[in-house]
Amino acid sequence: MTLALSDEEIDLRLLLEAIFLKYQYDFRDYALSSIKRRMAQALAKLGGETITSLQDRVVHDSEFFQKLLTFLTVPVTEMFRDPEFFLAVRREVLPSLQTYPSIKLWVAGCSTGEEVYSYAILLQEADLLDSSLIYATDIQPESLTHAKAGVYAREALLKYEVSYREAGGQKDFLKTYFTCNDDQAIVLAELKKNILFSDHSLATDSVFAEVQFASCRNVLIYFNRSLQDRALGLFYESLSHRGYLALGNKESLNFSNYADRIETINRTQRIFRKLP
Amino acid sequence: MIEPSRVKAVVIGASAGGVGALLKIFQGLHGQNFPPVMVVLHFPAQAAPIFEQVFGRPDLQVLEAEDKAPVVSGAIYFAPPGYHLQIEPDKSFSLSVDDAVHFARPSIDVLFETAADVYRDSLLGVLLTGANADGAQGLAYIERLGGQAVVQSLEEADSIAMPQAAISLLSKPTQFKLQAISELFDRLN
Repeated sequence: MTLALSDEEIDLRLLLEAIFLKYQYDFRDYALSSIKRRMAQALAKLGGETITSLQDRVVHDSEFFQKLLTFLTVPVTEMFRDPEFFLAVRREVLPSLQTYPSIKLWVAGCSTGEEVYSYAILLQEADLLDSSLIYATDIQPESLTHAKAGVYAREALLKYEVSYREAGGQKDFLKTYFTCNDDQAIVLAELKKNILFSDHSLATDSVFAEVQFASCRNVLIYFNRSLQDRALGLFYESLSHRGYLALGNKESLNFSNYADRIETINRTQRIFRKLP
Repeated sequence: MIEPSRVKAVVIGASAGGVGALLKIFQGLHGQNFPPVMVVLHFPAQAAPIFEQVFGRPDLQVLEAEDKAPVVSGAIYFAPPGYHLQIEPDKSFSLSVDDAVHFARPSIDVLFETAADVYRDSLLGVLLTGANADGAQGLAYIERLGGQAVVQSLEEADSIAMPQAAISLLSKPTQFKLQAISELFDRLN
């Protein structure tokens, strides 16, 4: 299809091309509307007249690029976001994972780690964490560092505690899983020990392990259709026989090439399963 | 003057008092012979209604917009609660969970601006009753790119903050009562 691109869109595409050539971060197949809005915010905050002026600085100043990267990969996450989803994982997925001697999970686009630790808590409460390995991947180095550290604002944790309860949690959330001081909470080491945080791009890297459960929530909405299909291809290849896939609440396989290879097992909570 | 013949897509924003206003203007839409209509209606995510049930009629297709679905004429699309709704250059929908704009997600500005970039002078933007400033900048942006802008008349709107904010930014604000917007919709095809 021919697209009538505006000058601004042409500038944006050239900048994304430059970023890819220089740093191998590939945003070229991201949904244009989101990347455009994020770039506009970056322009406003980092200073700069036009997208073209960013291109010059990005190519010649790698520190500047790191700053820009934080705008392009805004972390949006929380623990037990959409509690009904985590309740469904607890009830509908974990009993089946239990039958494996060891369980591997992949949380793609793990951002600052909140969701990974939510899964770790679910596994712990099903007595499965010791036999599990969670691969948590993202492209943003700062987010991965934050995720590994597992340090969160205590105030945020109070909100997450409500979601934890709605997701079927019955323990004293803060005391059981965190060491707290006045304003911060640190995830306990026992929750972290079976999590492997690493740099991985759904746009440029390939499959690295066989997993029984892959989770990629609210990431595909930022991709265009072809990149979405690339990412789904990685999950499909990575999933073991009848493995599970979890997507965000408004994501589906309807506009993908995988609708006939992956079945929907919980439509409302967007839980899917690889067909034999 | 608003020229219905130019309109290839419609975007609507509404907040407080919006349900009644939308029901009224949708009376001008029937069957499938109208351009795509995309709506952001502010609601707390937990309390949002099921749009199909509230606004659907036997002769009117109402849907929640799906990520990556093509924008098709003859249907009314609502932004899903908790997500920004955007239009991509290939005339498909995309969603985002980026920060709220004017404390709102979905934000009217986000829909209006991304739709204006794609539909340019063939876009009609309609801003209805509401108690905040979301949508005003988006409507002004539609006007700047050559699209047409209509604001619910201040004497009729339940909450005037939203239409008023838009009127102050538009160079040629057109105020219409709901009945007039409905009649305008009836002339779209």
